[in-house]
Amino acid sequence: MISREWTVNAALALALLAAAIAAEAAGQVFYITLATRIAILGLAATGLNLALGLGGLVSFGHAVFFGIGGYAAGILGSHAFSGDPMIFGLEGSNSMPLIWLVAALAAAVAGVVIGVISIRTSGVYFIMITLAFAQMLYYFAISWPAYGGEDGLSIFVRNAFPGVNTMKPLSFFLICFGALMAGIAILAVLRGSRFGSALDVVRQNEVRAAAVGINPFPVKLTAFVLSAMITAVAGALYADLNRFVSPSMMSWHMSGELIVLIILGGTGRLFGPMAGAALFVLIEHNLGELTERWQFFLGLILLVTVLFARGGVLGFLAGKVRHG
Amino acid sequence: MAEPVLQISNLVKSFGALRATDDVTLDLYPGEIHALIGPNGAGKSTLIHQICGTHAPNSGTIRFMGEDITQLGVAARARKGLGRTFQISSIAPEFSALRNVMLAVQARQGSSFRFFKPVRSDKSLTEPAMAALERVGLASRATLPVAELSHGERRQLEIAIALALGSRAFLLDEPMAGMGPEGSRALTSFLADLKQEAPILLVEHDMDAVFALADRISVLVYGKIIATGSVEDIRRDPAVRTAYLGDHD
Repeated sequence: MISREWTVNAALALALLAAAIAAEAAGQVFYITLATRIAILGLAATGLNLALGLGGLVSFGHAVFFGIGGYAAGILGSHAFSGDPMIFGLEGSNSMPLIWLVAALAAAVAGVVIGVISIRTSGVYFIMITLAFAQMLYYFAISWPAYGGEDGLSIFVRNAFPGVNTMKPLSFFLICFGALMAGIAILAVLRGSRFGSALDVVRQNEVRAAAVGINPFPVKLTAFVLSAMITAVAGALYADLNRFVSPSMMSWHMSGELIVLIILGGTGRLFGPMAGAALFVLIEHNLGELTERWQFFLGLILLVTVLFARGGVLGFLAGKVRHG
Repeated sequence: MAEPVLQISNLVKSFGALRATDDVTLDLYPGEIHALIGPNGAGKSTLIHQICGTHAPNSGTIRFMGEDITQLGVAARARKGLGRTFQISSIAPEFSALRNVMLAVQARQGSSFRFFKPVRSDKSLTEPAMAALERVGLASRATLPVAELSHGERRQLEIAIALALGSRAFLLDEPMAGMGPEGSRALTSFLADLKQEAPILLVEHDMDAVFALADRISVLVYGKIIATGSVEDIRRDPAVRTAYLGDHD
């Protein structure tokens, strides 16, 4: 039997896909860009959902991984464009798969360093330490003139994907949509595995996990690092979408936005981040046309969600979570 | 006599000026139930916390299966087979009873870093977990979320978890708490069987259960063991009567 949640999930995914295709048919490039933004932000928040939703790790610094992915795309792409070698004489690259790999590995290194220090704490301290690390890297990016410093770094030609013309909006959307689906699939597999069980019990009750012999620290650290890697790939796509990367991708606003997406969509739900991203982008676009103060209304919606609809969009559409 | 499974020597734990554990020496032999009794605030929980590894003692040693485990963490002790249930039932409350026991099986196999195979269809987890649930008589409630189990059923679940962990010794902290007379009797006869599997250090307020089950009893008062002996010895001991049992007569 197909559960109600999976029906909702399939409907959400198809709606996003159909919206982009319809926009292409109607010649409305702008709406394809909106759909692409939803897919990318959804993927970034899906990464965070692994740490926050499944692991209970409220990272207020995930923008740093988003930014690392963005700079991986920007730096590798700009060197490939100019032909100048990078540090250690390495050459740049405009191949997206390679850029994603570099983005994920760089984020993994940063994730291990940040995670080893922050995961020893919990609650407010964890939130503050992740924020502090993100701010450190944010200010580092601002003061790094080689790659644009505060002004950011332009990507003159969108990076390439084998066999696809990434300059076509729909083609690029499909790459992002595919990445989002892959990210959600990774989360689904992880959640059902032994690792997912261990992570869930650590989230529910760390003391109990230790009492049955599951050491919480390595489980949480692994989740944090995998989460960082997924968010970094989204960051690389985001830089390619805007053909621009700047320190603002690492700012605490971005970290907060990723948390907001998860809360809006449904914490710990597979399609929650995507649903949250869709709602967020639609609110931003539609209310943004009516009033400059759209964020006030976003705040209201967030307040209503937290007070009256804890499960977010997914909780509203698909009901409460049932564990087996 | 055989080697003790669990051997606690000269354990001391102070909180400021308070000596919550005052030079405690205690052992647990294969096949026995050793009951630890004492009035409220005697330091029973503090002692259990040190045995399972949540608190570090100030001095003294804890040996388990001949090995010094004083410096090991909670998870490492559990993997060695020191099975514990809780004074407050605190299991993964969102999961079903079966999933809870499956986690114990998973922990015993030491395999939490497998990322692909789904656990629901993993027979190496589900079968031992169901077997443990059957032993405690909870098989018919396996798929219910823990939150929907009665208090007594949660205690049974805790023991199923300890069984699934392949425990070499059990630390049972008030397993009778919150059980009706029916459940209490059933658990008493189950524990009498369970001690053949692995010895039990039993902290319990229910004196009927203690006197029915215990092979030896130690009495803890103000952090000190004031007497250790058979049920008869303890019943007759004058110091114990004044300090503790006197209240019940």
